Parts: sequence; C-alpha cells; structure tokens
Amino acid sequence: MPEQQPPESAGTALADDLETTGLVADAFTVEVAGVTAGVQPARKKRLGIGAWLAIVWLVGLILAAVAAPILPIAGANETFTSIQRAQAPFSTITTTGGGTTTPFAEGHVLGGDRNGHDLLSRAIYGARNSLIVGFGAIAFGILVGGTLGLIGGYYRGRIDAVIVGFLDIMLAIPALVLALSLTAVLRGRVDDLWILVIALAIISVPVLGRITRANTLVWSEREFVTAARAQGAKNWRIMTREVLPNVLPAMFSIALLGVAVVISAEAALRLLGIGLSITDPSWGGIINDGRDFLTQGITAHVVFVGSAFIFLTILALNYLADVVRARFDVREAAI
Amino acid sequence: MIRWRRHERADITERFPTETLEGPLLEVTNVETHFDTPRGVVHAVDDVSFSLDRGRTLGVVGESGSGKTVLSRSVMGLLPTKHVIRKGSIKFEGREIGSASANEMRHIWGSQMAMIFQDPMTSLNPVMKVGKQITESLLYHLDISRTYAAELAEALLTSVGIPEPQRRLGEYPHQLSGGLRQRVMIAIALACGPKLLFADEPTTALDVTVQAQILDLLQEQQRERFMAMILVTHDLGVVAGRTDEIAVMYAGKIVEKAPTSVLFRNMKMPYTEALVRSIPKLSDKSHTRLNVIPGRPPPLINPPVGCRFAPRCPYAQEKCVKEEPPLRESDVPGHKFACWFPVGTPEGRDALERNRAAGLPAAVGSDGAATASPNSSAAEVG
Amino acid sequence: MDALATLLGYLLIVVVVLGVLAVLALAVGTRAGRRKLLQLVVVLLVVTFFSFSLLHLTPGDPARTQKPFATEEQLKPIREEIGLNEPFLVQYKDWLFNFVQGDFGRDYSTNLPVQDSIGKQLGVSLQLIFYAQFLALALAIPLGIFAAYKAGTWFDKSANSIAFGAIAIPPFVVAFVLIFYLAVQLGWFPTQQYVAFGTDPAEHFKHMFLPALSLAVAQIAIYMRLLRSDMIQTLQEDFITMAKAKGLTNRRILWRHALRPSSFTLLTAAALNFGALIGGAVVIEFVFQLPGMGLGLIQSVSTRQYTAVQAYVALIAVAFVLFNAFVDGVYSVLDPRIRHARAAAA
Repeated sequence: MPEQQPPESAGTALADDLETTGLVADAFTVEVAGVTAGVQPARKKRLGIGAWLAIVWLVGLILAAVAAPILPIAGANETFTSIQRAQAPFSTITTTGGGTTTPFAEGHVLGGDRNGHDLLSRAIYGARNSLIVGFGAIAFGILVGGTLGLIGGYYRGRIDAVIVGFLDIMLAIPALVLALSLTAVLRGRVDDLWILVIALAIISVPVLGRITRANTLVWSEREFVTAARAQGAKNWRIMTREVLPNVLPAMFSIALLGVAVVISAEAALRLLGIGLSITDPSWGGIINDGRDFLTQGITAHVVFVGSAFIFLTILALNYLADVVRARFDVREAAI
Repeated sequence: MIRWRRHERADITERFPTETLEGPLLEVTNVETHFDTPRGVVHAVDDVSFSLDRGRTLGVVGESGSGKTVLSRSVMGLLPTKHVIRKGSIKFEGREIGSASANEMRHIWGSQMAMIFQDPMTSLNPVMKVGKQITESLLYHLDISRTYAAELAEALLTSVGIPEPQRRLGEYPHQLSGGLRQRVMIAIALACGPKLLFADEPTTALDVTVQAQILDLLQEQQRERFMAMILVTHDLGVVAGRTDEIAVMYAGKIVEKAPTSVLFRNMKMPYTEALVRSIPKLSDKSHTRLNVIPGRPPPLINPPVGCRFAPRCPYAQEKCVKEEPPLRESDVPGHKFACWFPVGTPEGRDALERNRAAGLPAAVGSDGAATASPNSSAAEVG
Repeated sequence: MDALATLLGYLLIVVVVLGVLAVLALAVGTRAGRRKLLQLVVVLLVVTFFSFSLLHLTPGDPARTQKPFATEEQLKPIREEIGLNEPFLVQYKDWLFNFVQGDFGRDYSTNLPVQDSIGKQLGVSLQLIFYAQFLALALAIPLGIFAAYKAGTWFDKSANSIAFGAIAIPPFVVAFVLIFYLAVQLGWFPTQQYVAFGTDPAEHFKHMFLPALSLAVAQIAIYMRLLRSDMIQTLQEDFITMAKAKGLTNRRILWRHALRPSSFTLLTAAALNFGALIGGAVVIEFVFQLPGMGLGLIQSVSTRQYTAVQAYVALIAVAFVLFNAFVDGVYSVLDPRIRHARAAAA
C-alpha cells in the first residue's frame, strides 16, 4: 500500500534486485553493486495517493474538531426523539426504515447511539478529545523524554546511566497498567481530558526518551560532532545546532506513530469505563455505548462508527509516519 | 518431514545408467545469460560455447566481472528465474537441460552435477551440523539407511583428508578452520558421486598454503572418480598445471580457448598475454613493478560495439573498436581465439609498434620498456 | 478443574522465578551480571514502592474510599489491617513483606482476601497471553516464509499491505469485528465469558479462541514482516544456493535451512512482546469478560478498592520485570554463540 518503499519493508523492486544482485555483483563492477546492495535511492518524487488520502483525512479531522461548535452539526449531547431512546439497556429497538440508530435517518448521516445522540457530532467532538490527548501527550513526551534522551545520548557516561535508569524504571510497568493507575490517582482531581493527557504523557516519556537517545547516540558519533568540539563549541551549542537537527526528522516519524498509539490507548481507556465521564464524547466511549447492541446482535453500527474513526486515524498516522521515515531515513540506510 | 512428492532415489549400485558413454559429457552451445535489471539488460554471458568430456578438466579464467561465475551457475541451472534470460543449448550426457525446470534439474543436482562455492564460510549452513549437511544429500538422493549414510559421511570426510572425522561430523562449520571447511564442502559435493563438478573459485578464500592442498585434493578425487571438472578462477596459476583445457573469458565472452600447454606456449589473445604477464615471478627482483592491466572491464549493460578488450589492449587498432573479432580457430586444432591483431603474428607486432610509437599507455607497459615476446614468460609458467 | 488453571499459573510463576534465579546465579559470576542484578533489585523496589503508594496517592481517605458507607467505628479495624496508623515507610515495609509471602490484602467490597481470586485470575491471563503468542507465531511463520519466498509477487505485496493495516487496528476493534461476525452472526463462538480447561476443554478453547485471536492479529502482522525481511536476506546467502545445488526441494530449503538462521529477530521480538501483550490482554479481558488479572485490575479500580489495586499493579509489574530480566539473561548467555555463528556466517 505505501508507494514509497521504506527500506526495511523491502518492497517489490527491491526484492527483484535482491534476487539478482548476488550474481549481478559478479557481472557489474563494484560501484554498481554498491548501489543495488539493498536500498532504493531516495526518490524525490511526489507523494503518492495514499499519503494524500492520509493527509486529507487528518487535516479534515483536525479542522472539523477545531470548528466543531460552529459546524452545522448537532450538539454532542443533544438527544433526538427521532432516534428512539432505549428505555432500558436491553430493550429491543425496532429498526423500521429510519427511526432509530440506522444511518442516513432524517439528517443524521451516521445515525444515532443508544442514548439518542447524533453519532456524527459525537464522533467529531470525540475527535477533539482524542486529538488533544494524542498531540498533547506526545508533545509533552517529546519535550521531556526527548530532552532527556538527547542529554543522555550526547553526554553518555554517568549522566546517561542515570537517565537510562530513570527511563527504564518508568518502562518497568506495562503501559496500560501504569495508565490505569494514574487514572485512578488523578480521577476527580482534574478534568477527564487532563487525566488522559497527563497519564498518557507520562507513559510516552520513557519510550520517546529511549528512541531519542538511540538516535542521538548514532549522530553523536559522527565526525562533524567531533569537529565541532575540536573547534571549541560548547556542548549545549553542539547539541542544539549539530545533533538535534539530525535527530528531529527521525523523531518526527516516531511522533506520528506515537500519536497513533496514544489515540489507541485513549480509546481503550475510555472503553474500559473506569469512571471517566460518559457524557464526554469520545471514540472509545462510542464503542462502549454500542457494545451491547453488538453482542446482542441488534446492530453493529454504533461500534462500527467509533471503530472506523479510530482505525482510519491510526492508519493515516501510521502511513504518514512511514512516508516521513522513508523520506528522511534513506541516508541512514544507505550506510 | 513430509514429502509431498516422492523423489526418485537411485540405488547405490546403479551409478551409471544405460545412457551412452560416448560423446562429450557436457555440451554448451551459444549460451547467453542476460539479467533484466532496472538499470538495463546486463549481458553477463554472451554467446559462450564449449564441450567437456568425461574425466577432463576445463579451466575458466577471467577477472571479476567477466561472467565466469554466472556462466557456471547458468550451465548448472542455479540462477533465479525472475528477470533472467537464458538462451542457447546445454546438453548433459546428450540430454538437453538448458530449458529444464527446477523440478527436473533436482534429479541432476547433487547426484550428477555438483558445485563447490568460493567461500566455505558462507556456503555452509551455520546452524546445521557438518555431518547433517553431508548425510542430508546422501539420504535425499540415495536409497540407503541412516546409519549407512552416517558411515558414508565419515568415509567421505576421511577421503578428503579431514582428521578425526567422527568428531567433525558433530561439529558446526564455525568450529572448523577455513581449509577444513572447504574440504567439507568438497565432501558434500562429492557425496553422491557426481559426474561433473563445478569448482567456483575454490581456493580464493583460503590461505595460500592451503590452496595447493585443496587443488591437489580436487585433482586426486577427480582422477579416482573419473569425474569431469570445470575450474573457475581468476588466477592463472591455479589452472596452469591442473587443467586439460583453458577458456579465457572477458566481459561475458570467451576470448581464447585452448589446451593448456598450447595456451601458455602459443597464446594469441592480448588479454591472455596480459594476464600471464601480470603473474609475479619468483625470479623478479624485489621492488619490481607489477605488470597490471590498466583500466577496467566494460559495463555489461550496453556492451561496446567492437572488441570489448580494445580500450585496454596494447595492440588495439581502429578496426578493433569498430568490429568485434569472431572466435576463430588457429592452425593448431582446438585452439580458438578472437582477435584482429593476435600476439605473435606480423599484424600483431606491427600494431604494437604503432601503438608504442604513438605513446599509448597500454602499449608502453608498466615497466616502461617494450615488452618482449610472450613466449619467455610462458616458459616460466608452464 | 479450576484448580488446574490455578496450578498452571503457579507453576509458570515458579518456573519463571527459578529461571530468573538460575540465570542470575550465572550472572553473579560476572561484573556486568552483578551490576544488572543490582539494577534489577532497585527496579523491583521502586516498582513495588510505586504500587504501594497508589493507595495514598489516590484521592480521599484510603480506608473510607474502599468502604464508603461504613461508620468510623467499622473503619477502625480496616485501618489497622492496612496499617494506616503506622509511619509511611513502615507501612511500605510491612506491605512488602506481606506481598512477598503472598498476602495481598483484602478487597473490601467483597471482604475476601485478594489472593483468593488472584490465583485463578493469573491462570486465565497467562492462558490468554500464551494462546495469543502461539496463534501469532503459528500463523506468522508460514506467512512470513511464503512472503519471503514469493517476495515481490502479488501475494507478497498484498500481504504487506494487509499487515500494515492490521498493525493499525487496536486489538479491541479486532475483537468487536470478530465477535460480530463469528460469534453473533455465525454463532461459531461465544461472545464472552470463560470456561476453565479442567471443566470442559472444548468449550475452554471455544471461549478462548476469539480473545486470543484478537490479541494475535496485530502480532501476526509484526512477526510476519520481521520474519519476511530476515528471510529475504538469508535467502541471498550462499549456503542456500548450495542447498539448491544439492538438489533439495524448495520446501525443505525454506523450512530446514533458511528458517533457523532467520528467526533470531523474530524470537527476540516475540519474547519482548510479552509486555505489550499484557496491556492488550487487559482490554481484551474486559471485552470478553474473561476473569483474568486485567479484569481484576479494572474492577478494582472501578470499585475504588485500592488495596487490591496495589496488589494487582505490583504483581503485574514484578512479573513483567522478572520476565524481561529473564529474557535479557537468556540472551546474554546465548548471544555470544549466536553472534559468533552469525558473524562467522557473514
């Protein structure tokens, strides 16, 4: 599906090359063998259609989320009698041509959920929450974790040992378990949104920290760093001027992946219903709402709407992360 | 291990089926091997023909990039099928195998034809015991029991000169030295008694001291088993005393082919001469400049129109660049070469003089002086 | 019956702990090993300390939040039991002592000791994780081999695309898709609940299949890609051509010759993946209502039983740390030989 072939997914033409490379290297002189030895040279061609679709989806989502209050959609908690409310959790709902949770029913493009809310508006307001949590948590993670990783990877020695130890301890508890604990701790003290942002931010710090550190280690060993040092540049300057600009592109790709993971985690946490507000719209909450309908065979539609939003957003983010990495990482892989 | 198709296994007593023993064992005619790569079509092997009788040795000599390895794999049929174009006829024991499928070739590989590879470290499975690698082949091709196969394997190791064969059977390749590994590979190749052995640079990865031992071993096995051998190498010294016939390859083509003694005594192709000259001699004084062939082999994607060696040839004239010389037979039967201005002929000498006068670097030679006739250097090699 | 699951759970814990101790005993011989041992102890202490402090970090009075409708009189014995009258660090010490001996405190909503339920829950969770890994490897290995063998063909390209998509789907979404189509529509599998192996093996696997598969889907994609890329490299090696030259069939070459050298990264990933699986298992247990540690943790958090939460978090975290230490140790023992073989083969 990705049109640019990232080096490690070894795409098609690459595999063809590989099959014949072993023997072509005999027929060719060394210069050519070096080029065909496993990597597609960075193609400066334009982004493929997949990338554009991903960008369109994400940008559209962000715009819709930002402009939600002024969009011509229903309020997230407005109930519609045309969407028949279930009186009790397990009462059956007659789905006669349009009156209930089916989509395209009387102006409700995505239909409604169990409580009579319009799903489209819940999804868009949910996008707000998810995107804030996603980008917020990762932003924090990169800021804190990235800085720690940069410092540790650059200075090494004892500072690095301390930082790595610190990050390792944070990694010692499985992420979701840690998130649950933090949720329990923060519950009631701050808004739900902040609970999630803080909890997921804390979780992302060690992961982003280690990745930044790994990247920094690689770049710090390059000659241009030694050269800068030999010229008398201060460490701080070297870190920000020389190393950081090289680490950032890789981090950009990781950040996109991170946002995807956080959104997934946020949805999971909302799904678990551990006391996070149910009126606050969210994708995970939508799924939780529609769960009973699905297991009882009434309709999978509500769960589907929530899942589709999550899946498409994560897919778009993953795809862009891949494209970004292919763009920037080819220099690395050619070594 | 479930076998989806029963592989016919030969009875160990029937080594030579009823096929005729007359005629050459291997007949290669007009074989071409091209690779279809994103950069263009690589003509790795271009119109190569030769034939080989049972028990005889053919040496294929050339620089890296001459296509010699591709040739051996192509003849044996080991190349991948994607993006590889093979033309020409390859007849083994009178049967056409050039167009045979992998399934058909599997009956031949290992049991009739075998190959030893250049680097024994990468050619042996690093996570499989040596003994298993040998018995695997035996059990697959021959209808014998496991215990007998193990005995055979031990006997094989002994016959290739490996001490303590029992112990070696249970060891992994990385536990053996380079020379031993190569012997193991030879044992694997010879396990089922093939009639034809391809030795692809068998000594290149080995210490010089071990090289001679391995070559001796190969010769000895060959004689004992009446096995034909194709010895592919870049080192003329390797083929000098050990082959019946030599084919010199350059840029995918055979440029000279002759019985060994004839080649060294009476070489015609300037490339061959240059190769022979480039061998350093014991009698040379220390600090003698090595005679190198300047330049590099041509890219094989769009091969040049004329003779491919022309850019580096001391004898080259305008005709060489424009027209490709055909492979023709000299007055000595069995000696074929492709050159417009061959070595040792009046045309050749004139061409060389003209080039030297014009100051062409290839002709002037690395020792600065006009080169003598090639016969003197041949005498020391032969 | 249920005892079987409990027994298996405990057995596994014992094996892992013994394994860790064995490896660590070896490690103590080396200086790097001793340092790692020290690090391990530090990490364990910090992690248990964190778990312990959850009781105090959570809002409200520790005793009252767990039993909101009790009178002060009724809360007194609870405070005693939890040790709230002691200084903080003493509490930690006591709690840790109890924890190590298997006394995990009490769930005040049911008034049962936590350790009663944890035994069974541990078994369930371990089963889920192991089935998921097993399914993932069982499906990923043939797929990966085939994709590498057919690298560049439509099969390979579509497999890669599908894998890409599969990684993007959160396990619980997969779970719902599977539930809807296979359980609700087709009725082949139940939608939730758990049946112990001892009670009814067939039902047990029917109930565990969808949960394990939900967890496995993303793993299959990851493992398949890993194996495929390693395999493609291995298939370029000379010894594969040599095997071909021996006349062996492609199937044999792929499975007997190419697979083993290519599986290093895969196995490493599988081992390290247990951590990710723990998180996923929590959600899956919730979706399918499997009475495992994850569900136990969720329920404790929901009902504000923070004493139980202490135990769950601590137990999961300690198991996780020990397991990773075990894998680490195993690899440092295996590694030189593997590195040697790989380097020698290079």
